Amino acid sequence: MTVPRRRSRKQQGVTYDDLTGTLRERTVVALADPVLAANLRTAGEAWSEQQAKMKGDYDFDQMRDRARDIRRSNIRDLPALLAQLQNSVRENGGTVVRAADGAEACRYIVGLARARGVRVVAKSKSMATEEIKLNDALEDAGLEVVETDLGEWILQLAHEHPTHIIAPAIHMNRERVADLFREEAGTNDVPDDREGLVAHARMRLREKFAQADIGISGVNLGVASTGTLCIVENEGNARLVTSQPRIHVAVMGMERVVADWDQAAHILEVLPMAAIGYDAANYVNLITGPRREGETDGPEELHLVIVDGGRGALRGTEFEEALSCIRCGACLYSCPVWRNVGGQTYGSPYSGPIGAVITPLLEGPASPGSRDLPFMSSLCGACGDVCPVGIPLPDLLVRARARSSSPHKTRTGIGFRIWSHLWRHRLTYRLTIVAWRLALRIRGKGGWVHRLPGPGANWTEVRDMPSKWPPHR
Amino acid sequence: MRTCLSDAIAPAVWKATRRALERAGVEVRVPRGQTCCSQPAWTAGHPDQARAVARHTITVFAGTEDVVVPSGSCAGMVIHTYPELFAGQPEQEAALDLAGRTIEFTQFLVKHDLDPRASACGPVTVHDSCHMLRVLDEQDSPRQALANVPGCEIREMANTDQCCGFGGVFALEFPELSGRLGEQKAREAMNSGAPEVVSCDLGCLMHIAGIAHRTGIPIRARHISEVLGS
Repeated sequence: MTVPRRRSRKQQGVTYDDLTGTLRERTVVALADPVLAANLRTAGEAWSEQQAKMKGDYDFDQMRDRARDIRRSNIRDLPALLAQLQNSVRENGGTVVRAADGAEACRYIVGLARARGVRVVAKSKSMATEEIKLNDALEDAGLEVVETDLGEWILQLAHEHPTHIIAPAIHMNRERVADLFREEAGTNDVPDDREGLVAHARMRLREKFAQADIGISGVNLGVASTGTLCIVENEGNARLVTSQPRIHVAVMGMERVVADWDQAAHILEVLPMAAIGYDAANYVNLITGPRREGETDGPEELHLVIVDGGRGALRGTEFEEALSCIRCGACLYSCPVWRNVGGQTYGSPYSGPIGAVITPLLEGPASPGSRDLPFMSSLCGACGDVCPVGIPLPDLLVRARARSSSPHKTRTGIGFRIWSHLWRHRLTYRLTIVAWRLALRIRGKGGWVHRLPGPGANWTEVRDMPSKWPPHR
Repeated sequence: MRTCLSDAIAPAVWKATRRALERAGVEVRVPRGQTCCSQPAWTAGHPDQARAVARHTITVFAGTEDVVVPSGSCAGMVIHTYPELFAGQPEQEAALDLAGRTIEFTQFLVKHDLDPRASACGPVTVHDSCHMLRVLDEQDSPRQALANVPGCEIREMANTDQCCGFGGVFALEFPELSGRLGEQKAREAMNSGAPEVVSCDLGCLMHIAGIAHRTGIPIRARHISEVLGS
């Protein structure tokens, strides 16, 4: 079996290849987009309202504590749990592949598709495949790939990246979606209303399910004791993807494993609560092996691809807790930064606070695409409060900043070295304070400074500095 | 603790804090050698530089007294972060001791049921700083402290738990984004109907006031100590 090489080394990263400008420049572009602002506000507020309602019915704090303990123990026992999962899946008749990185995972899946003479691939929503850039690899190999999650299909048609982990296309308006559907169908005969658009998408996608030889899904949880793969969804497309084509390939980040059904049941409850504010998702698919003798449906083959991609190296470090993440997207919705610039600004499939932490961790501290990300947070702590598995995201953001070799950090590094020497002594501290207050007095007009030099210039770019306190109006 | 920000832009704040405490019958000592809790370097990703300054702070505040801080953010730094910053360091025990004695100003007032007998103030809206709210898990103490002030009516703004976008170095690294959040906060404060926003954190106020002035949003800003020490 010949294995194609990936195009370039650049594709190895988690961040996207088509990023333009610096992170700050991308925030400016996003802030200037009124459609984005309105859609993000609607989505964020709807999520908050639903969270508030749900929290009246449950003791969420207690549920979070238990979920945190489960996930921490999973990560602690990861090697043993993965070995057990691997055995269980094989006993059920599945094939298990451990891939050290995304390139290896892609090579295996492309090789499998070639060996089986596959032409069309149907995919359900999966962040892991987004992370390893599987669609690029499959398309490079001449395969037709169809995303079957409504939001992901819209993005595929628009050639865009997701803006949220579970609600990938919420930045787009219905009008834009209708245009994309018309273009894809090659006809203007596509309805404008919400229900009509969904019906149209269902019809088009059903045709693809019938043609697909491989269905590719992600995995929310792998249950080590029984080898069951849990896939949570709201549209039913993942059920078709994992049952209609003759081969099912499930791609799973190596940390997404739990020990048993007791643990799985709890995580499967807190996941939709945090994600959408309901105590159950529309569909929870539990897949234990391929079709067995006597069964009438299900795939002939099941391949589980477990991707490390830099995760294993995080165990035992100060970032280990980031591996507890169950990708619910709550930290995104809660984040004032994400709510104002959206996920695409981050340039990574993983956006928001968790994305700002794990993207540079998976890519390495010097990666130009992600090293600035930990700095794009006001450290307000909302993410840490809503995380259903108790990841201390604000602390991890600060630690990720310390680890980053971003220009931000290099620039401030010299400044803080000088600062540290001056401010650890009373006299030199007083001197800098007196000098600063004098400068404020000299530059201040009517109680305000409108332009500061040096590092202060970024302050006065958008706001004035009071030279007298309480500030004059 | 005076806080460096008060030294740098608003000495009136730490002086008002001392006045309020003394009027409430507390014996106050303001150590002259103090500088900064070191949070700016810590959040910017320079823990070694931060530790050197924090070590100085630990020395200055050695003793057995409570350390009262007119800032939820600086108090949070000492209480929440010093234990991490000094884990495994020679000063670990002293850091934990200081963290255990440190308390935010309004929390101190409420904890000991102290009334600084402030003179009257008009209607205000309260900005919950993120570090008060989520590091110290406190939303009530500033409101309880204000309840004793004659004529002080609190008009709550919408989305009080939303960040104002200051965020220390964040304000300098992503000014446009920080500014957008600040503008949203200043508008919410204005829409509360109160002419003045008060908060336990000077950093937020400096940012909100600076944005309000630049964008012409009519809202005044004052530290809660200045109300309670008036």
